[in-house]
Amino acid sequence: MQLNVNGHSHQIDVEPDAPLLWVIRDELNLTGTKFGCGVGACGACTVHVNGKPMRSCVLPVSAVLDAQITTIEGIGAEGLSAVQAAWILHQVPQCGYCQSGVIMAVSALLAANPTPTEDELGTIITNICRCGTYPRMRAAVSSLAGGAGVRK
Amino acid sequence: MVGYALWPSGRLRRADRLAAKTGERFLAYWIKISDDDTVTVVIPHCDMGTGIFTALLQMAAEELGADWGKTRAEPAPPDPLFANGALVEGFALSHEGMRRDSLPAFLQGSVLAAGNRLAQFMDIQVTGGSSAVSNTGVYGVRIAAAAARDMLIAAAADSFKAPLSAFHTESSRVIHRPSGRSFRFGELAAAASRYSPSSHPTLRPRSEYTLVGKAVPRIDIPAKVNGSTLYGIDIQVPGMQYAAIKISPIFGGSLISVNEASIAGNPGIKKVIRLDDAVIVVADRFWRAQRAADTLETVFGDAGNAAVSSGYIRERHLEALNRGSIKHEFSLGKGAKALQNQTAIECVYQVPYLAHAAMEPVNATALYKADGTLEIWAGSQDGLGARAFCAKAAGIHLDKVTFHLLPSGGAFGRRLPGLWNFLTYAVKTAMALPGIPVKLIFTREQDLRHDYYRPNVTSRFKATLNPDGSPAVWVNEYTTDDDANDAAHIVYEVPDQAYGAVKVVTPVPVGPWRSVESSWHGFFIESFIDELAHQARRDPLEYRRALLTRKPRHLATLELAAEKAGWGAPPVPGRGRGIAMVECFGTIVVHVAEVEVSDDGGLKVHRIVCAADCGMAVNPDGFKAQIEGAIVFGLSAALYGEITLAHGAVEQQNFPDYPVVRLADCPAIEVHIKESDAPLGGGGEPGTPPVAPAVTNAIFAATGIRVRELPIGKQALKKGA
Repeated sequence: MQLNVNGHSHQIDVEPDAPLLWVIRDELNLTGTKFGCGVGACGACTVHVNGKPMRSCVLPVSAVLDAQITTIEGIGAEGLSAVQAAWILHQVPQCGYCQSGVIMAVSALLAANPTPTEDELGTIITNICRCGTYPRMRAAVSSLAGGAGVRK
Repeated sequence: MVGYALWPSGRLRRADRLAAKTGERFLAYWIKISDDDTVTVVIPHCDMGTGIFTALLQMAAEELGADWGKTRAEPAPPDPLFANGALVEGFALSHEGMRRDSLPAFLQGSVLAAGNRLAQFMDIQVTGGSSAVSNTGVYGVRIAAAAARDMLIAAAADSFKAPLSAFHTESSRVIHRPSGRSFRFGELAAAASRYSPSSHPTLRPRSEYTLVGKAVPRIDIPAKVNGSTLYGIDIQVPGMQYAAIKISPIFGGSLISVNEASIAGNPGIKKVIRLDDAVIVVADRFWRAQRAADTLETVFGDAGNAAVSSGYIRERHLEALNRGSIKHEFSLGKGAKALQNQTAIECVYQVPYLAHAAMEPVNATALYKADGTLEIWAGSQDGLGARAFCAKAAGIHLDKVTFHLLPSGGAFGRRLPGLWNFLTYAVKTAMALPGIPVKLIFTREQDLRHDYYRPNVTSRFKATLNPDGSPAVWVNEYTTDDDANDAAHIVYEVPDQAYGAVKVVTPVPVGPWRSVESSWHGFFIESFIDELAHQARRDPLEYRRALLTRKPRHLATLELAAEKAGWGAPPVPGRGRGIAMVECFGTIVVHVAEVEVSDDGGLKVHRIVCAADCGMAVNPDGFKAQIEGAIVFGLSAALYGEITLAHGAVEQQNFPDYPVVRLADCPAIEVHIKESDAPLGGGGEPGTPPVAPAVTNAIFAATGIRVRELPIGKQALKKGA
C-alpha cells in the first residue's frame, strides 16, 4: 500500500484496518501525532486528510490511501506556521502532549473560517487539554483572527 | 538561609564524568559552565508541563549574573549524585521536628520506597508537591548558582591580584569595577572549578533581581508546537515490540485462566505473558497487541471484592462517621465539648474518587539484556526513585539499571512514587522477553480503570454561631484512607475547634492527585463557611474578612480577588457569584466564580477571577498559566469528575464517560498575583482546591440550591426543585 504523508509517498505493509495513528507513529516514525484515547474522543491524534481535520486513531489506513495526509511535522516543515507562532507568542502549551492535535484542528478551522466566533471555536475545537490551556488557545486564535478578539 | 550541602570536589569530578560534555565542567551542585560561556543547569526534576525548567534556570541565571541567552537547562541523570534532597531538606527546614508521618503525602511514597531509612531520604528526585521552585529552587539551585558565581569571582580576583569585593558578575562576565576590565565566564570556568563552593554564599537581594520576577518565554515551548518533544511514549528502540495489558477489572483479583486460542488467528503476536493479576500481549505492532488483548478470553478472580460499589463505600463512610466515638486528633479552646447542650448547624459533604487522566496514558519501554542489565525509558515524577523501583522489581542491583527519564504528557500525581504499576508491568514484560525491547502502553481504558484515585471522602461539620453570627464552635469529622489531614485545619478565627479523622479502608487504590488533601478539604471548608455566612445573613466575603483580622496575607488576597471580580456591584441579573479561599503548598488562592443556572437547570460558569499570593512569582506568566490550568483541572472535577464502582470494578472506560472541561465549557479566567514578602510558595497545585467551592457557592447565590456532593452534575439544579 502507498500512503502519502507530508508530501512524501510511503510504501507500507499493514492490514487495511490498521489505525492511521499507529501507522503514522510506528511505521513512519512521525511521533508528533499522539495517542490519547483511541476512540476519537480527545483529538490528540488529529491530522489533516486533504486539508480536513480527522482523528487518526479511529481512521483505518485503507480509507486514506488516495489522500494527502499532513501531520504536525508537515505544517512546520518550512519554519513555523502562523498558528504555531501564535502558540509560542501566547505561551499556550504546558505539557504539550495534546497540542499537536489542537494546532492541526485550529489550523484547519482557520483555513476554512479565518474569523471564528467564540461559539464556533468552542463547537469545532473539541480537543481535550488536561493542563487546561484553553484560555491561551482562545487568546492565540483571537490574535490570528485579527487581534480584535474572538467575535462574541 | 541555610544552604543545601554542596558537593565536595570528588563528587564534582564524578558529576563531570556522568553529565559533562567536552568543554564543560561542574562548578557546584547542578551548575555546569562551558568554555563558550554557556551555563547549564542540570535540573533534578521531570518536565511534566509546569514550566519548572524555565523557572529554575531563571533562579540560577539571576544568582550567577548570566546572560539569559547563554543559559540552558537539561534533565539530571537518574543518579544518586543528582538527587533532589534539597526538596526534603526544604520541608525539614520549614517543618520543625519532621517525622515520617508529618511528611507531605507526595513524598511518603518515596520514603516508603527507601524503606523508611532516613539516610536514603536524599536518594530521590521527586517532582511534586508544588516544590520545584519553593524547595529545589530556594534551598538548592540558587545557592549552588551563587556559590558558582563566587568561584568565578575568586578565580578572577586571583588572576587579577585584586580583592574579591572589587568584582561583580553581569551578562556572563566577571567585571573588575575599578578598571572596567572583565573576564568571560568561559575563560574563568576551568580555574574556578579548582575552588571549593561555599555552602553559605551571599544571595542577591530581591530588590536587585533583573531576571527572577520576569515573564521570560518558557524554554520548552518551541519543541511543543512542532511535535518534536519526545515523550516516554515516543521512544523508538531498534527491534522494539509492543505490549498491551489487561489487568483484573476487580481490584485485587487474580488471573485464573487465559484462552490463548481466542487470539490464535491474530497477526503479529509474539507472546502472551501471564502475571498474578494481569495478562500482557506482546506483538510486533501496538494496535495488534491491543486488539488481541481486547478480545483475549480471560477469567479473573474477584478477591472477595465483588460486592464493592460506590453505594457500599458511601455507607461505610456514614457508618464510620455515625459510630459516635471519633477521636479528635486536634482541638482548640474547648474543642467539641463546646457543642454540648447546643443545637448545632450540621452539614455532610462528599467528594468522589477521581482519575488523573493525563493526556499521555501511562507507558514504559524496557529492555532486559543478556548481560543482566536493564534499560528503561519512561516519564516519571521521580527518575532516581523509578530506577531503584525497577531494580527492585527485576531483582537486580541498582547499578545494573539505566533509567532514561523522558518528559511526561501530564502527570498530576499519576507518575509519583507509589503509583508505578506501569513500571512494574513493563519490567515484568522485559524480563519475560530477554534481549527484546518492549514498549508497554496502557490504553485509555486501562489507564482510567487502573489508576490510583483521588480518594472518595465524606466529611461532617458541626458549628454553632455567636449572637453576632460569627462561628463559635467548629467541628469537622471526616473519613480518610490513611492519616489525619493537616489540610482539614482552618485559617479562620473560631475559638473552639475540633478535628477527627476516621479511617475507612477499601480495596480501591488511592494516591496523590493535584493538590492532594486540599482538593477535598478545600471544598468542604469553603462550602461550610459559606453556609454559616448565609445562616448568619451576612455577605460571604464580609463574613470571611471578619474572621481573618490576624491573617493579613489572606485578607489582602481575598480583597484583591473581590475587587477584581467587582464583588461590590451586583452581578448581571440571573447570575450568582461565589467566593472561596484555600492556602496550600505555601500559596494562598482566592477564586470568585460567576455562574448562571438556566430555568431547566443548565449550569454555565461564565468567569473565574483569581488572586494568588505565592510570595513572589519567579516567572509571573508561567505562574499564571499554572493557576489557569489548575482552575480548569478543578472545574473538570467539580462539574463532571467521578469514578464510580460497581461489582468491585471501575465503571468508567474512557473520556466519553469520564468527561472533562473542553474549550466550550471553559470560563473566562483572570489571574492576579498578589506579591508579598512571604517565602516562595508553590505554583502547580494551589489553584485547584478553591474552584469547586467558588462554583457551588455561586450556584447557591444564583439559585438557593446548596451542592454538598460532587460532581455538581449529579444533582438537579432546577430552581425551586
